[in-house]
Amino acid sequence: MTGLAVYEEIDEIIGKHQEEKTPLLSILQEIQERWRYLPGDVLGYVSRKLDIPSSMVWGVATFYSFLKTEPAGEYVIRVCCNAPCHVNGSVDVLKTLQKELGIKEGETSRDGKFTLETTSCLGVCGVAPAMMINDVTYGNLSEDRIREILALYR
Amino acid sequence: MFYRSHVLVEMTSNSLVRGAAQIKERLEREIERLGLDKEIKVLETGSLGAALPSPFVVVYPDNIVYAPVTVSDVKRIVEEHFWKGRPVGDLIFSPSERREIGVFLPYFPLTKEKRVVLRNSGQIDPTNIEEYIARDGYLALSRVLTEMTPEEVIAEVKKSGLLGRGGAGFPTGLKWEFTKNAEGVEKYIVCNADEGEPGTFKDRLILEGDPHSIIEAMAIAGYAVGAGEGYIYVRGEYPQSINHLRIAIEQAREYGLLGENILGSSFSFEVRIRKGAGAYICGEETALLESIEGKRGIPRNKPPYPAQEGLWGKPTVINNVETLANIPPIILQGADWFRSIGTPTCTGTKVFTLTGNVNNLGLIEVPMGITLRELIFEVGGGIRGGHNLKLVQTGGPSGGTMTPDLLDVPMAFDTLSRYDSALGSGALTVIDDTHCIVDVVRNFMEFFLYESCGKCTPCRVGTKRIVEILNRISEGRGEPSDLENLRYMGEHIKSTSFCGLGQAAPNPLLRSLSFFEEEFRAHLEEKRCPVDTCSMKTKTKILI
Repeated sequence: MTGLAVYEEIDEIIGKHQEEKTPLLSILQEIQERWRYLPGDVLGYVSRKLDIPSSMVWGVATFYSFLKTEPAGEYVIRVCCNAPCHVNGSVDVLKTLQKELGIKEGETSRDGKFTLETTSCLGVCGVAPAMMINDVTYGNLSEDRIREILALYR
Repeated sequence: MFYRSHVLVEMTSNSLVRGAAQIKERLEREIERLGLDKEIKVLETGSLGAALPSPFVVVYPDNIVYAPVTVSDVKRIVEEHFWKGRPVGDLIFSPSERREIGVFLPYFPLTKEKRVVLRNSGQIDPTNIEEYIARDGYLALSRVLTEMTPEEVIAEVKKSGLLGRGGAGFPTGLKWEFTKNAEGVEKYIVCNADEGEPGTFKDRLILEGDPHSIIEAMAIAGYAVGAGEGYIYVRGEYPQSINHLRIAIEQAREYGLLGENILGSSFSFEVRIRKGAGAYICGEETALLESIEGKRGIPRNKPPYPAQEGLWGKPTVINNVETLANIPPIILQGADWFRSIGTPTCTGTKVFTLTGNVNNLGLIEVPMGITLRELIFEVGGGIRGGHNLKLVQTGGPSGGTMTPDLLDVPMAFDTLSRYDSALGSGALTVIDDTHCIVDVVRNFMEFFLYESCGKCTPCRVGTKRIVEILNRISEGRGEPSDLENLRYMGEHIKSTSFCGLGQAAPNPLLRSLSFFEEEFRAHLEEKRCPVDTCSMKTKTKILI
């Protein structure tokens, strides 16, 4: 992912956070939001710009589950698999999604639209089982409801 | 302007996905169409506890709850109820449906409920500072700044007996005192809103429903310990909390309640938000500091404790959201009032989140000392589907396991630790007897495996080995030595892991091994899953 325009935009993002004492994570989060992943050359650029060793930038980029170093789908689906959802049928939720999307956990659909992931507690256990699609949380999932929800994104 | 009626529309992550924004817009349009807009005001609100069927609409002063509401219901509500004065009977919420507990007074005669930290949730528009101020918001801060010395503030918090609500239960007043007495001019207040313990969502509801209470409490803490800057670290999974906090901070600044010389005093304080990026370990306080510093969220050595060397090496107070929400009421109503709630050794209230296989999912705030029996069978309405209780995991996976014979133990930090259990965050995951213990424990252990930060070997490798063995057992390939191996590894992970996460990771395993040994043995010796959850598939495969 090269091109002058991209670097200009990244400069802008870095500039926005220059007041922060230690802005690395905030910057990476914003780049992630903008391009949906952190390309290797961009990480190198950030490392040089902030004068932080590349190993450290990569260390942060690969530590957090919301940050990705490979392109992800337009919509990242995160299915909660922790106990409160597990005992309310999250295994079936995952199966339904796999069937509907034709992909396994950790994969991205061929049209680049959906990435399917499992995640830890989303904090909406009152409506378990639950999942998140990008920034939006969905609860009380059943097979029908999952199909309805997916239709909104297709 | 005086309105004869206020209509509150739920604006939370749950309701927005079900059209809450459209409902609000439609309400305003219909009200205007009938010329009622000078009489009826539409407002946004946070969750009523954890909520009724979402989205809900509450009408004051009639105290009528419509839930769940769809856009097509709006016209009828406005015409019938607001115009003609006849509440729409079939849309009014009736508590017999499966629901999250609303903890809402006229509809839920839960006499045990006591709202301190949830005092404003669902009662005010969290995006409007004036509503918070109208309910004595920022009064505690102004009292502290004008009438109290920092020492007096700390003395009051110490006297209240408030224990940290994040899980560890450390006395808040002491934390503040240590930080105040630490050397240095630059100090920080950090609010830990990285609520990741599975089954916990109390902090989300406080942040969504009453964000100003946290900002006010952080400013009070800042004054008490001599800090001029505060950070709220919110998990990335809570966009709505972040949104409400942003608005609240902005408004507090506008009103001069944050910034330079607050309320004309010499005290200045700023609050900033940092967003998490999906790592459970960042709820551990030193890992959280690392993350704010833009690094991998890996725990630090303790000591030095954050009170001595915290954020950027400066003395730092780190308090949980629920802990902070207790501070303004303690200042306003006094430590003695706070001590009158709860048990003598564990004062105040606790927010419990009921999850898993109970009829009523949701949360409730009650005085410390309530029993599990009351929570599960009175508040939670018992086990779903007429099944029996198998176990309750208190405080999430890193907390403790309680069995049906322990239902009458009072819920407090000290009493539960006597039973080798833990109150933790107040999460209660109720599991019924249709679930297999091997499957449940494996789920807990998979969580720790997934969330281990990888710093120390016992936690990183130990959780992996345990999950492998549990997988084997559930496939019918368990070996006689497995039980002993699991215990051995559990004990070692517990005693040799670097941080609290690793030390707590084997808890659900070890407790279950002692409570449900027979069920494990059935898997191992008879290659049989007593509740028929495990596939035991490999056994058949071998025969083929």
